[in-house]
Amino acid sequence: MVKWTEEERRIIRGVWEKVDINEVGAQLWARALIVYPWIERYFGNFGDIFTTTAILNNPKLAALGKVVLSALDTAVENMDNFKGIYASLSRQHYENIKVDPDNFRLLAECITITIACKLKAELSPQVQATWQKFLSAVVEAMNSQYK
Amino acid sequence: MSLTAQDKGTVKAFWAKVVNKAEDIGADALSRMLVVYPQTKTYFAHWKDLNPGSAPVKKHGATVMGGVADAVAKIDDLTTGLLNLSELHAFTFRVDPANFKVLSYNIFVALAIMFPRDFTPEVHVAMDKFLAAVALALSAKYR
Repeated sequence: MVKWTEEERRIIRGVWEKVDINEVGAQLWARALIVYPWIERYFGNFGDIFTTTAILNNPKLAALGKVVLSALDTAVENMDNFKGIYASLSRQHYENIKVDPDNFRLLAECITITIACKLKAELSPQVQATWQKFLSAVVEAMNSQYK
Repeated sequence: MSLTAQDKGTVKAFWAKVVNKAEDIGADALSRMLVVYPQTKTYFAHWKDLNPGSAPVKKHGATVMGGVADAVAKIDDLTTGLLNLSELHAFTFRVDPANFKVLSYNIFVALAIMFPRDFTPEVHVAMDKFLAAVALALSAKYR
């Protein structure tokens, strides 16, 4: 289990409270699908996901973005139980959706860069380090049922 | 994942927008890398100060971005164009090539912060392909 100092918890909350789930939810897919287009393999029935404009206007992706960020919100509120929160999601992504877990790492990078555009210099090197420690722990929890 | 003519055009156009801030981008990217990926500090044990924004970090950030500028100019043949740098990285620096990706990522974070409207997904993917090609050219002589 990952250990968090009070300072780290404060930093993560500080970043998270600046994230607009609707705004970031759409933008993160634009970055992920354009920069890593092989991710399209998981979105066969999502319609047009091939240009930034189409992605930003795609209601299915907007909805999924909210789902992903709501799961992150749960993590922010439950910093000491990621394995517990993500166990069934991990199993679902492995057994049903069959997602290559490397994509969790790529999506985490896209989330950080999207947040960087918003927070700008507030995402100092130390804040970035703490935020990425948080996302790495989430990614690890999402990997946990791949066995 | 080779560079298309469109990629090259995107990279050149974006570089023209950011070139005046290249030193700041380099300093910020390097500062971030050393803090967020502390294992990279092992290459800089000879520096007096590894903290964000220190003199050696700023100086080296400028050096790295000078290399990137050179690569933009030689984008049509990176392997030939970056030959000297490639030999330097292979025989002198011997940087584990996994670190090229780490630095590239931190360059993207710096770009997102300093140019949030210009660092669009389309620019991001072209720059990612470009820096990957640069990394490949830099590690060409490794073995």
